[in-house]
Amino acid sequence: MSNATELVKLSAAQMAEKIRSKEVSSRELTQAHLDVIEAAEPTVNAFLHVSDKEALAQADAFDKKLAEGDTEGLPELAGVPIAIKDMIVTKGIPTTAASKILEGWVPPYDATVIEKIKAAGMPILGKTNLDEFAQGSSTEHSAFGNTHNPWDATRVPGGSGGGSASAVGSYEAPLALGTDTGGSIRQPGAFTGTVGVKPTYGGVSRYGAIAMASSLDQIGPCGRTVLDTALLHEVIGGNDRRDSTSIPAPVPPVAAAAREGLKRDLKGVRVGLIKEIGGEGFEAGVAARFNEAVKLLESMGAEVKEVSLPHLPYSLGAYYIIMPSEVSSNLARYDGMRYGLRVMPPAGVPQTSANMMAYTREAGFGDEVKRRIILGTYALSAGYYDAWYGSAQKVRTLVIDDFNKAFEQVDVLVSPTAPSTAFHFGEKTSDPLSMYLGDVATIPANMAGVPAMSIPCGLSDNGMPVGFQFFAPQRHDEAMYKPAAALEAALEEQWGGNILTKMATPWLNA
Amino acid sequence: MATFTREEIEHLADLARIALTDEEITRMQSELNAVADAIDEVQKVATDDVPPTANPVPLEAYLRPDVAATPLTQEEALAGAPRDRPGHVRRPADPGRVIHEQRH
Repeated sequence: MSNATELVKLSAAQMAEKIRSKEVSSRELTQAHLDVIEAAEPTVNAFLHVSDKEALAQADAFDKKLAEGDTEGLPELAGVPIAIKDMIVTKGIPTTAASKILEGWVPPYDATVIEKIKAAGMPILGKTNLDEFAQGSSTEHSAFGNTHNPWDATRVPGGSGGGSASAVGSYEAPLALGTDTGGSIRQPGAFTGTVGVKPTYGGVSRYGAIAMASSLDQIGPCGRTVLDTALLHEVIGGNDRRDSTSIPAPVPPVAAAAREGLKRDLKGVRVGLIKEIGGEGFEAGVAARFNEAVKLLESMGAEVKEVSLPHLPYSLGAYYIIMPSEVSSNLARYDGMRYGLRVMPPAGVPQTSANMMAYTREAGFGDEVKRRIILGTYALSAGYYDAWYGSAQKVRTLVIDDFNKAFEQVDVLVSPTAPSTAFHFGEKTSDPLSMYLGDVATIPANMAGVPAMSIPCGLSDNGMPVGFQFFAPQRHDEAMYKPAAALEAALEEQWGGNILTKMATPWLNA
Repeated sequence: MATFTREEIEHLADLARIALTDEEITRMQSELNAVADAIDEVQKVATDDVPPTANPVPLEAYLRPDVAATPLTQEEALAGAPRDRPGHVRRPADPGRVIHEQRH
């Protein structure tokens, strides 16, 4: 499969070019990825469901359009296949949120982003694994087994979107969709040496994204290059009247910004180092790669200075009030009544609806989800609401003010994406707090609604990828794509290609 | 500082409709207390003069155009529900249900 191997290693933009020039059909490209999925799944286990028949039918439909010259107005990525995090509903394709409570559920409608992907002629390869209801940072909280990191199968791929990141990192898919509530796109990107973007809150419609924490959730693109994620961002972004928080404005020009960045000229770009993210708790290998990347930004002309966001240290605590509160409310709908799992109470317990709900939710939800629902129920109860939820919403105001003030001084802010590289299975599952602390660098962007992205910036001493994070002002997602693409180009020159070329891929040689 | 008692977790589980096991309640008690300690510090900066923010990207509320659209069919909407009669969802036989049905 050497030709196919070369094909799947291309960037999505290069694949799209080959489709347009008719060197390769969408069917050939889709089949090549389905073959990789078959070969790689025993190692990575990124997919909960592979929709091979639907994907090939979508590819054929696109190829027919292309042959008939009927592709006018389609996005650049037309015909390129994609994987979808199983947190986003797909009509006719099972959607579980990696929870037993939704096992076997087949949605009767498509999310807005899925409608857009289908309209773009992008075949859907399948649904990727995640922490149950996107709650976790390692994908170990999936009800359907672990996803493995393609760099080292004894390590986690990050989470919650470990499936999407591993699928993209292992060449099972050139692109994927994720959802990011506290870092679920960016941290898995960092752990797998891939690119992950959380757009501005409201920049991509959440209609059809299974709700976790509605004021924090955002769908975004995963890919292997900055330009690929920018192109996908433009496919899925824009206003949607079915989402009342959707920003009524066009997608910012992110692909143009990424292409501009490839010129590696950052003169006039002001970059702020966040004083409050880093230092204690951050691994030496992470700090070293981060600092080297900052030097590279400077060498391309960027002005770098330290900026203080004094309330950032409070955002983790505030997040762990707001998020579980909204989780407890959003997950109230899984009650065994109209869809999903139903478990009747055992003999001797009254067979009422209320008891059916309690036994269904006990059997259907995993430990982490239950923990967050209980915490959220507490935070929202009378007598505690002001002290907890009210205080957290005040912290949110302070964090937003901090970002606004910082962006008066600089164009983008930067930090490591996570304090560590990918850890081993089981290392943090027994201590929820240590798992939560790993999200310290990603959570502030969700709290403030600002866009942020992670790109790989090298390998740590243990040979695992390190993530470099950019933040931009609300509604100016393009501001981070330019320096991100520039840094990626400069790093790839040092590495002699994409960072993933340093990863062993035995499944491609099978 | 928040501390979770066993009774409190039982009460919260009842409110949240989750039939937690004894073992789960014990485990959750220590885990939640650790999280609660970490969360308590937000109150240090959440002073009276700071207004709360619910939506990080404030938007003006608007009405969408009043255009007819095709909703899900009854069959599609009920496709995932336990059913034994067309157009109905099968639910547990709660006390009071008979009276409710007679009203219709």
